[in-house]
Amino acid sequence: MARVVAGLATSHVPAIGAAMDLGRTKEPYWKPLFDGYEPARKWLADLNPDVIIIVYNDHGSAFSLEVIPTFAIGVAEKFLPADEGWGPRPVPAVHGHPGLAWHLAESLILNEFDMTIVNEMTVDHGLTVPLSIACGEQKNWPCPVIPLSVNVVQYPPPTGKRCFDLGRAIRKSVKTYDKDLKVVVFGTGGMSHQLHGERAGLINSKFDKNFLADLTRNPQRLIELPHIEYVREAGAEGIEMVMWLVMRGALDENAVEIYQHYHVPASNTATGLMILENQPLTV
Amino acid sequence: MSEFEDIPGTYLFDKDRCHDGYQFNMFCMSLVKPKNRQAFRSDEASYMDKWSLTESQRRSVLERDWLGMIKAGGNIYYTSKIAATDGRSFQFVAAAMSGVPEEEYRSMMMAGGRPVEGNRSKREAD
Ligand SMILES: [Fe+2]
Repeated sequence: MARVVAGLATSHVPAIGAAMDLGRTKEPYWKPLFDGYEPARKWLADLNPDVIIIVYNDHGSAFSLEVIPTFAIGVAEKFLPADEGWGPRPVPAVHGHPGLAWHLAESLILNEFDMTIVNEMTVDHGLTVPLSIACGEQKNWPCPVIPLSVNVVQYPPPTGKRCFDLGRAIRKSVKTYDKDLKVVVFGTGGMSHQLHGERAGLINSKFDKNFLADLTRNPQRLIELPHIEYVREAGAEGIEMVMWLVMRGALDENAVEIYQHYHVPASNTATGLMILENQPLTV
Repeated sequence: MSEFEDIPGTYLFDKDRCHDGYQFNMFCMSLVKPKNRQAFRSDEASYMDKWSLTESQRRSVLERDWLGMIKAGGNIYYTSKIAATDGRSFQFVAAAMSGVPEEEYRSMMMAGGRPVEGNRSKREAD
């Protein structure tokens, strides 16, 4: 039986990927951020998952405004890094897990989450930067990855509650897959940031720290946050944080916090990283 | 005024902006292909003729008026592809939109970013 054993939430700022691609992670501007990633990398390598489900958003790469799926799942064998205007990132291709991905697609739809099924897509910084953050520089990513994209670009994104409930449905669906797999779920995006308009550069560390504090023990407060609250308090693009709630929903209620890291700034953004683990099964 | 419109310096990408900005954002989207970036660079005005853009959308691109692009229905994740074509970073564009030199913007970010106090509501800001 497959099972979700842990979750990792992280920002997916493109500049973090660029800093790695350009070999600038030891520079004073970047070092404190990357130092904070070391324990997470060690943790993930030790855990050695069989599959990672990455909940992220596409930023006008695989999807444009032509078709805007609220929730989409990639079922392909392989996903290539997208060209976002400056050429694709020089990172490995992402290998999928069609077996589990198709099982999830079926099971989620029958559990009333009407997923869009994607046979062919590229993956942009929303997915590759979290992999770089959690795995470091690699010739090959350590395990197969299932991309699960959420629309947070076109208003309205799904509600926090819907995202959390999707996470719960993922947890349930993973359990009904008949192969013995250790699955980790990533929730990505955020934290507070605004990229557009005269208010660009907005950061709200108080909001972020309360979000980090409540994610483990009091997700109910976060589930109920309306979109206006994110936009006003955490910046228009800070609404990406609803994707962290998918990860939270995929973990058990009594999941425990293993690690957190918070740093300002990476380019225009406040960055956060948090790791949660389910308690070991007591038989 | 909608509660979103009450937030200063913020242009929520809602149904109206998507509708009005559709052609414009799809033009930006085309720049994810190297061949198209090259064609755009060699003759910006005629490259843009392939889409039915409004005068203010065309003007904002030709003048690299980054805030004007957003006001004309552009979405930042799409207009940033023009920036990438120019070899400009998100931070460059963000500084331009907020009307300060990039160095000053960068220092603001290093010092913890733009504070939310005074930036929550147009009424509050008055
Ligand atoms: Fe994002």
